[in-house]
Amino acid sequence: MITGDWLDVGYLAEIPLRGARTISVPGGDDIAVFRTGSDQVYALVNRCPHGRGPLSEGIVHGSSVTCPLHNWVISLASGEAQGQDKGCTPTIPVKVSGGRVLILRSAIVALAPVARAA
Amino acid sequence: MDFSAGWQGSGEERSGDARPHLVVIGNGMAGCRAVEEVLKRDPHRYRITIFGAEPRVNYDRIMLSPVLAGEKSFDEIVLNDRAWYAANNISLVAGDPVAAIDRSRRVVTSASGRSVAYDKLIIATGSDPIMIPIPGRDLPGVVSFRDLDDVEAMVRAAQAGGDAVVIGGGLLGLEAAHGLTLRGMKVTVLHLMPTLMERQLDEAAAWLLKTALEGRGQTIFTGADTAEILGDGKVEGVRLKDGREIPATLVVMAVGIRPNIRLAAAAGLAVGRGIHVDDAMVTSDADILAVGECAEHDGACCGLVAPIWEMCRALADTLTTGAGTYRPTATATKLKVSGIDVYSAGDFSGGDGAEDIVLRDAARGVYKRIVVRDARIVGTVLYGDTADGSWYFDLLKKGEDVSPLRATLIHGPVAAGAGGGDPHARLAALPAEAEICGCNGVSKGAVVAAVEGGACTLDAVRGCSKASASCGSCTSLVEGLLALTLGDAYAGERGEKPMCKCTSFTHDDVRREIIAQSLRAIPEVMQKLHWSTPDGCSSCRPALNYYLLCAWPGEYQDDQQSRFVNERMHANIQKDGTYSVVPRMWGGITNPRELRAIADVVEKYNAPLVKVTGGQRLDIFGIRKEDLPAVWADLNAAGMVSGHAYGKSLRTVKTCVGSDWCRFGTQDSTGLGVKIERMTWGSWMPHKFKIAVSGCPRNCAEATIKDFGVVCVDSGYELHIGGNGGIKVRATDFLCRVATEAEAMDHCAAFIQLYREEARYLERTAPWIERVGLAYLQSRLVDDEDGRRALTERFHVSQRFCQTDPWAERAAGAHHEQHAPLGELRPAPQILEPAE
Ligand code: SRM
Ligand SMILES: Cc1cc2nc3c(=O)[nH]c(=O)nc-3n(C[C@H](O)[C@H](O)[C@H](O)COP(=O)(O)OP(=O)(O)OC[C@H]3O[C@@H](n4cnc5c(N)ncnc54)[C@H](O)[C@@H]3O)c2cc1C
Ligand code: SF4
Ligand code: FES
Repeated sequence: MITGDWLDVGYLAEIPLRGARTISVPGGDDIAVFRTGSDQVYALVNRCPHGRGPLSEGIVHGSSVTCPLHNWVISLASGEAQGQDKGCTPTIPVKVSGGRVLILRSAIVALAPVARAA
Repeated sequence: MDFSAGWQGSGEERSGDARPHLVVIGNGMAGCRAVEEVLKRDPHRYRITIFGAEPRVNYDRIMLSPVLAGEKSFDEIVLNDRAWYAANNISLVAGDPVAAIDRSRRVVTSASGRSVAYDKLIIATGSDPIMIPIPGRDLPGVVSFRDLDDVEAMVRAAQAGGDAVVIGGGLLGLEAAHGLTLRGMKVTVLHLMPTLMERQLDEAAAWLLKTALEGRGQTIFTGADTAEILGDGKVEGVRLKDGREIPATLVVMAVGIRPNIRLAAAAGLAVGRGIHVDDAMVTSDADILAVGECAEHDGACCGLVAPIWEMCRALADTLTTGAGTYRPTATATKLKVSGIDVYSAGDFSGGDGAEDIVLRDAARGVYKRIVVRDARIVGTVLYGDTADGSWYFDLLKKGEDVSPLRATLIHGPVAAGAGGGDPHARLAALPAEAEICGCNGVSKGAVVAAVEGGACTLDAVRGCSKASASCGSCTSLVEGLLALTLGDAYAGERGEKPMCKCTSFTHDDVRREIIAQSLRAIPEVMQKLHWSTPDGCSSCRPALNYYLLCAWPGEYQDDQQSRFVNERMHANIQKDGTYSVVPRMWGGITNPRELRAIADVVEKYNAPLVKVTGGQRLDIFGIRKEDLPAVWADLNAAGMVSGHAYGKSLRTVKTCVGSDWCRFGTQDSTGLGVKIERMTWGSWMPHKFKIAVSGCPRNCAEATIKDFGVVCVDSGYELHIGGNGGIKVRATDFLCRVATEAEAMDHCAAFIQLYREEARYLERTAPWIERVGLAYLQSRLVDDEDGRRALTERFHVSQRFCQTDPWAERAAGAHHEQHAPLGELRPAPQILEPAE
């Protein structure tokens, strides 16, 4: 279902607490939708700034995720690598309404060509 | 205090009263408060009529919970009695709801047909409880929790005896459950989300709350999805989607509220979730205002009274002195369950630049968390000790810079009272009687006395004053006092390193406390051991998960989200995000059927590489996470199970050909290897664990660089421990020689169990042995036969719960969310199909 510029991508309940689910984007990087322990939802391009690791498979703690490949810690809110590491993963605006997760369509449309080019 | 339907108060239709007529729909919290505010500003401006659907005067709805609990009577919660309506010349039409608004004629009409003209109209119709659309929801015995009638229905059900089910573990549901429990019912709370009150509480506080409520006899199921209310003519029970059935004579639905906008929508006012209002509380019709839960301001509806009181003030300004301005502010929530103190305010989701200050005082059952961003408090969650809630909330609302208070902020206003900006100066300024250690009640004076008396390390202070001995949370204060008292003589020290930055406890401390305090879940460990973060980090969570798994076999519920990716996916992640799959080949032996199945998988899933591993089996590379369950199903069909090449667990048992074929073989090394692998597979360990069995001292299976190695000799079996290849090669130590296969296996099991119980997470056997010494292990495994037998026994108990093939479970659909994407985004037009 599409409401305005927000794309409904599924039930919040389908994302594990302190976990993530992905959304496939043909021709581009997947989008990872994260759900934290305090039930906040974030969406990021599923690609670690270090070596493209799939962030969706990392351990989620507080509002960060630890990349499964080499343990960089990425902020879910800003996509920025934490600590000494430098790099940033694009974030996608996301909100929850009536138990459904909605992501901002224009943000993805803007992303897609970049993702393809990369 | 009830009134017959259509009761009408004094002041009816005063002919000749030329004042504009203010009509209010809704005799609830917002409607009456709005009128009070108008009267406060200008008592004579309007002639007032209030319509109320409920056949009674205005009462304090939030106090229905204490009424249900039997702590208050209805009379005690009445806000405005009949005398108030009379004294202010207000016509109250109670028990006769408004049925329609005619905006063109500016008239409202009630259900009984009464028509009243208005000059200004206030809609304050509140919310309706959401009734989830499941079979049986209309059965007698299913109630909501919104008004006095609901409370009376619940009280009657409780008096009749029986069990209750409350659907919804939010504020309202828990207050209903509490009331019904006090009235003698056996109550089960069903909550869809994984934690209670998830909108107000973080996981740690929610866990404490759940434990406390369970301690009071309530049964609480989280993640519980209700399928149906059962019963023939009346409620008899509830069935969950997973098939569980819970008997009940009363079902309370408290899953949420929906703004009551029927009248407004029918009258053509602009509505969204609620009735649209501007800052002045005016709707799309200049003569109609809306207030309370039915109103939607700037995209938001509210469900608590604090913002409603603000709305009422703005509305009253608009109706008297000129356009008011409503500005929503942060809200705070308190659970009204006597004896359980829970407080939450603002935003505690953390996020970028947010810093958590956490205090956990296990002895007092206290959890306090303050979220600070840009030196300002943005949210707080308090459990057990909510006394400082209002102080934090005040700081939050004022947006005050709290950096000067930072060091003692979590200890509340008393601790923050003294000193200036410098934490040392503040500590110095604290009076001697100020409490430093809340758990053990140690004052600043006592700590300083201990230091002056010769305790010049943290441990020494802990030893003689007990300060910081139970909980890590005042450690920094004690260290500060050490520094203050000793000056430069105090270098600052900590012996054994803490587990991670979330705690001051070491791995060994944590393991000891898990057993000593019988801690059984990750949030419980974090609470009892004063974790300084709300849900740990990627280094402590997997460790805690393992320690609990090891401590409580068969009972502890493994936490998938605390597992490293490989263990969560049961395959090894590769640099391109695909996975490699290694099926078990017992003792390195295979057969045509297995080989054929592997070959088929390689072709069917286009695996780019298949390779013989250094562990004597085959590794299939490049499998997508979506395909893993299907690959496993195919391998399972040929009789193969997971090889755990990904786990902190038993990897392989390497064997050589042994006496069956080899001209030098002394024993059946292959056969023993297979037996050992069958005994040990599936076990979770602190680190990976490799075994080998060689048929003679030529040692072709490299048994002397394995965690456990067997070298067969004529007279029996030589057992070796603590070797590895890898980064730092270490040859094994010789443990002992045994005569039979059975003894070799018993020793193997005992050694693994000792390792499982005593090594630190991510410590392989080689560094472990170097740390504890070979002599210690010999004393436990060779000299102490009873002890060894007990270890072996414990290993077998644990294995009873571990030897289920995780691949088979996944292939059958378990944790399908780990494999399937949530949805797929198609290229233009951008349409998305959510997964099943
Ligand atoms: C597949 C395999 C290489 C091969 O193609 O032969 C392999 C592959 C990996 N090894 Fe290994 N090791 C493999 C045999 C070995 C061996 C040889 C052996 O077991 O006889 C060793 C040296 C012996 C030892 O462990 O003592 C070995 C020493 C290591 C080490 C260093 C361990 C150490 O204590 O220093 C690591 C790193 C670690 O575990 O932290 C490692 C880690 C890894 C990981 C799991 C790295 C990772 O975390 O992603 C590799 C996974 C690749 C994958 O996706 O499958 N691998 N690795 C072998 C799998 C054996 C199996 O059937 O399960
Ligand atoms: C059990 C319980 C406990 C609560 N505890 C707290 C708490 O601790 N803290 C907190 O901040 N909030 C609490 N709340 C929420 C709080 O009570 C509500 O936010 C508040 O009552 C909303 O005020 P309102 O006037 O918008 O709605 P209401 O108080 O519900 O008033 C609306 C009134 O309008 C009437 N009405 C509806 N349609 C018509 C019609 N067509 N004609 C005439 N009348 C009509 C309704 O019958 C009702 O009496 C609690 C609520 C409940 C039910
Ligand atoms: S040594 Fe091992 S391999 Fe070599 S012969 Fe003996 S048993 Fe076989
Ligand atoms: S790819 Fe994420 S840390 Fe290396």
